[in-house]
Amino acid sequence: MNQFHSTVDTRASVYQQNHAAMLTIVDDLKNKVVESGAGGGEQARAKHLGRGKLLPRVRIDALIDPGSPFLEFSQLAAYGMYGNEVPCAGMVTGIGRVNGVECVIVANDATVKGGTYYPETVKKHLRAQEIGRENRLPCIYLVDSGGAFLPKQDEVFPDREHFGRIFYNQATMSAMGIPQLAVVMGSCTAGGAYVPAMSDESVIVRNQGTIFLGGPPLVKAATGEVVSAEDLGGADVHSRRSGVTDHYARNDAHALEIARRMVANLNHHKNLGVEMRPSEEPLYAAEELYGLVPTDLRKPYDVREVIARIVDGSRFDEFKALYGTSLITGFAHLYGYPVGIIANNGILFSESALKGAHFIELCCQRGIPLIFLQNITGFMVGSKYEAGGIAKDGAKLVTAVACAKVPKLTVIIGGSFGAGNYGMCGRAYSPRFLWTWPNARISVMGGEQAAAVLAQVRRDNMDAQGKAWTVDDEELFKAPIRAQYEAQGHPYYATARLWDDGIIDPADTRKVLGLGISAALNAPIERTPFGVFRM
Amino acid sequence: MFEKILIANRGEIACRIIHTARRLGVRTVAVYSSADAGALHTRQADEAVWIGPSPSNQSYLNSAHIIAAALSTGAQAIHPGYGFLSENADFAQACADAGIVFIGPDVNAIRVMGSKREAKILMERYAVPLVPGYYGADQSEEQLTQAARNVGLPLIIKASAGGGGRGMRIVRDFAEFGSALASAQREAQSAFGDPAVLLERYVENPRHIEVQIFGDSHGNLVHLFERDCSLQRRHQKVIEEAPAVLLSDIQRKHLFTAALEAGRAVNYIGAGTVEFIIDQAGEVFFIEMNTRLQVEHPVTESVTGLDLVEWQLRVGAGELLPLGQDAIECRGHAIEVRVYAEDPSQDFKPSTGLLQHLRLPVPSPHVRVDTGVGSQDSVTPFYDAMIAKIITAGPTRVEALQQMTRALAETEIVGVTGNIAYLQKIVAHPAYQTGGFNTHFVEDVRGDLLPEPAPAPDVVLMLAAMRTVVGLAAQAKTEAARTAEPASPWAGLTGFRLNTPPRFEFHYGTGDVHIVVFLTQDRASWRYTSGSHTESIEACEVAGQVVRLTLPMRTIQGAVISTPREIHVFYAGDHYRLEPVDLLQSGEVAEEVAGKMVAPMPGAVTAVMVKVGEQVTRGKPLLVLEAMKIEHTISAPFDGIVTEIRFAVGEQVLAEGVELIKLEPSAPALDADSAS
Repeated sequence: MNQFHSTVDTRASVYQQNHAAMLTIVDDLKNKVVESGAGGGEQARAKHLGRGKLLPRVRIDALIDPGSPFLEFSQLAAYGMYGNEVPCAGMVTGIGRVNGVECVIVANDATVKGGTYYPETVKKHLRAQEIGRENRLPCIYLVDSGGAFLPKQDEVFPDREHFGRIFYNQATMSAMGIPQLAVVMGSCTAGGAYVPAMSDESVIVRNQGTIFLGGPPLVKAATGEVVSAEDLGGADVHSRRSGVTDHYARNDAHALEIARRMVANLNHHKNLGVEMRPSEEPLYAAEELYGLVPTDLRKPYDVREVIARIVDGSRFDEFKALYGTSLITGFAHLYGYPVGIIANNGILFSESALKGAHFIELCCQRGIPLIFLQNITGFMVGSKYEAGGIAKDGAKLVTAVACAKVPKLTVIIGGSFGAGNYGMCGRAYSPRFLWTWPNARISVMGGEQAAAVLAQVRRDNMDAQGKAWTVDDEELFKAPIRAQYEAQGHPYYATARLWDDGIIDPADTRKVLGLGISAALNAPIERTPFGVFRM
Repeated sequence: MFEKILIANRGEIACRIIHTARRLGVRTVAVYSSADAGALHTRQADEAVWIGPSPSNQSYLNSAHIIAAALSTGAQAIHPGYGFLSENADFAQACADAGIVFIGPDVNAIRVMGSKREAKILMERYAVPLVPGYYGADQSEEQLTQAARNVGLPLIIKASAGGGGRGMRIVRDFAEFGSALASAQREAQSAFGDPAVLLERYVENPRHIEVQIFGDSHGNLVHLFERDCSLQRRHQKVIEEAPAVLLSDIQRKHLFTAALEAGRAVNYIGAGTVEFIIDQAGEVFFIEMNTRLQVEHPVTESVTGLDLVEWQLRVGAGELLPLGQDAIECRGHAIEVRVYAEDPSQDFKPSTGLLQHLRLPVPSPHVRVDTGVGSQDSVTPFYDAMIAKIITAGPTRVEALQQMTRALAETEIVGVTGNIAYLQKIVAHPAYQTGGFNTHFVEDVRGDLLPEPAPAPDVVLMLAAMRTVVGLAAQAKTEAARTAEPASPWAGLTGFRLNTPPRFEFHYGTGDVHIVVFLTQDRASWRYTSGSHTESIEACEVAGQVVRLTLPMRTIQGAVISTPREIHVFYAGDHYRLEPVDLLQSGEVAEEVAGKMVAPMPGAVTAVMVKVGEQVTRGKPLLVLEAMKIEHTISAPFDGIVTEIRFAVGEQVLAEGVELIKLEPSAPALDADSAS
């Protein structure tokens, strides 16, 4: 039988300790999410509401179907940056269902710095669009932004992945047939004017939404003309005269209702392209993940216990169970969707890399989405392994991961270090979604290893110069390196910089993956041409 | 006994007659109008015959069609029920001419008692006590005015041919007499085809007591004790009971003697009711005799243990009365309430529409329910808006009342507005409970009876909100089942949010109050928050409309029924209406309603008082809609100019909410935002 039987003892003290430790960091995560979710301060919110406008999350709740999940991205973007004054990077993004269609929603939060774009705001907006593009999800922009944050213009304006890319994306996504819809609920000044202007269909709220290339102060400075914002670029101008907007809304609620009608008229069709099975809940409770995963990343555990708490019925058809055993591969189902799972169960050797590459080929051949459960310190090192060609075997895995066109979804459930990150579909390998558990760490190598490597290099230099280096001095040298790696490898640091799509509660892994796969299947699964596998 | 009878009626009484006929092995033929196609009585009868379009004058009052139906189906007799043709002597005659037994008294008795005037003259001869009055044939205005002075004030003008409170006017000042007379005559003419009226001294705040009598074609006549029908609203009975409360043996004996005397005066055959009033001094006066089965006959059946319809059928078939007077006993106490589709808060405006949900009390030895409708049936504007009669019984009045309190608490009506809360308030009223009431009771305690919408308590909001959440999940599941992804987590993970618990926000309006409710999911349990109140809901079970919540230390249960615009919650015997406020719709609706004059219910336009282009001031009557036999005047809500009149006099408005007249405000609108 393919049903996994857990050997986890939930009464064991180590289980209890792990559970308590994980619960602590999960609670910390949730508290931080609540703090960030409040957006700008009380005053800014009151001012916003006083204008008859709805808060961004209320707008989203009203826009999506009643009861629809909302799979938010980058919840802690810009967390710990700019004195924590730009919660959520001033923007809420995610996928929600509108009239039964999964849509990417990008909503500016005008209560945070007037909804202006910080570097992370740009990154968050572009990432949401990327999700829209890769998964062919209609994009709805709830626009309420003062445009680029001018003091940081060098970090938001000129480069390839900066402000202009937003409109490039709109044009090219529209060209691909991915609907671009704008709801103008506040300012769209200068470049911002292009969000509605580049959309397929748009609606504007009277007395709230304005669209112009130059606002009243600029117009006055340039031509001396004195004009109000509403007369310059309000709903009446754009719905009756300029044609920049297609629909006229009396208020936020009305605009959202119109946006829902727009989606209803998209004629969006989801071609699944996979064979569905009836869904089954796993045999074991998701919360048991808290207790079975050690908080110390160095302690080994059987990742099959994790898989058993994610997949349908805890059923898992393992592939090459006896070969390359430090990498677990196999077929399972998630909410009835077929998936291929690749999970680390130790360090990567040549055999495990070959097994992984083989399994990815199978999934691509069969059109089965891939899930990577990443917990990897790296590839095996040493002369025996180098001579055995681990570099070319590792390359085969990286080639397979990079080229695979089936939806790839990655969850970093532990360590994400070095080339292991590449072989297990890290951010650079464009998984459709990448989530992190709050116990995870990400860096080019472990802090201890980095400190040791750097200390060794320094000691060699000192030795060459004939200088002495005491053990105490070496420790003083290593401590800040360790501290830096710990800080930068922490998931809050990573998620603030959008190295992932969000940190998730391990107990929600099944749900989040399920929502992600379903959304990903809006894009047809393409055939994969692989690159050269070095033999 | 007959082998087959036709029932020339509809609704609960048709069903009730079918019930007895079935028990006696008599086959039944129902008749129905277009509006009643598929109605309960047609489903219960062995056969059903269509007799005409919906208006009753083309169907249930169409004697030719009914007799034809009886002949074509081979029915030997026709039971007319009450109302419609039950007291129509011509119909009784037509039945006789067609060789069909009319289940009721002979034509003469109907004719005599059908004319209040003739009846009083006859009663006077038989020494039945009468109120001073004028019953003369001379209907000239001079004669009636003179007679009015002789009768004295206050006086009441009644349609000679009438009944049921129509065509009645009370005069307290001679100056009003002329106009009251004219209007009574007009109404009598339109309702009964006869403008003749009679005048009587108006007895202030009397009690209304009636005696059930029964005669057979062999000369036997018995009484089946009295009923107290004092609890009336504008001459329409609301609650009836047997026996009457606070009645002395002497009064009772006096009533029975007079009633039998009245019956003998017309050689009465079948079921009849002799109505009396008792003035505040305790004196008894005859008012009229109803030559049919009464709506309230079940209370008599309850206290006597007899089936009056069975008696009617036996007597109609020529049998002897089943029991003699000595064998008829009155035991215990019975109370009947009439459950109506009407809105007590809007002057008892009849309410029509689909019964989206109807739950009636479960019958038991102490509870009887007579109804002609079920859930998903409609209350149409064409006929009486009675939904059901609930009859409770007990060894004592107190026990019968207690049963009634419980029965009313179990009654749930959604789709039309019902009078349950109003009945509950009467039943619970101390003055009613002690029996100290007369026909003016509901007016006297009016303030105590009008249902003011009580603010929904937290438990009610919890029930409504939890039902909605469960409903959302169920709906998503149903919809997903029709797609290629039946288990899609987008449908299944109701309210999922990343790293924050599912949280639902509901806005409800009840009256002028706006309530916000939050439900936050915490694994299997929920936290409810509204205002400053927070409570945890440990479990929620939903079975159909019944929602059961486990709260800390207690469980609560209620029924929740959602309609497109409202959520109805029945909890602890009370009915709460919540209007869910949909954020997305809230912006639009407010602007659309202003300036529209819509039909309050389906009906016929009987008058249009304005012309297109006419300038009208606020409050000016624009149009009259007659629905459910009551006139509704549509008045201008603001100063303006009539821009469109959508219905002409005589046209039928088929649905509630249909726009009748369009009015353009004459002053510029304050809201310049009416663009788009």
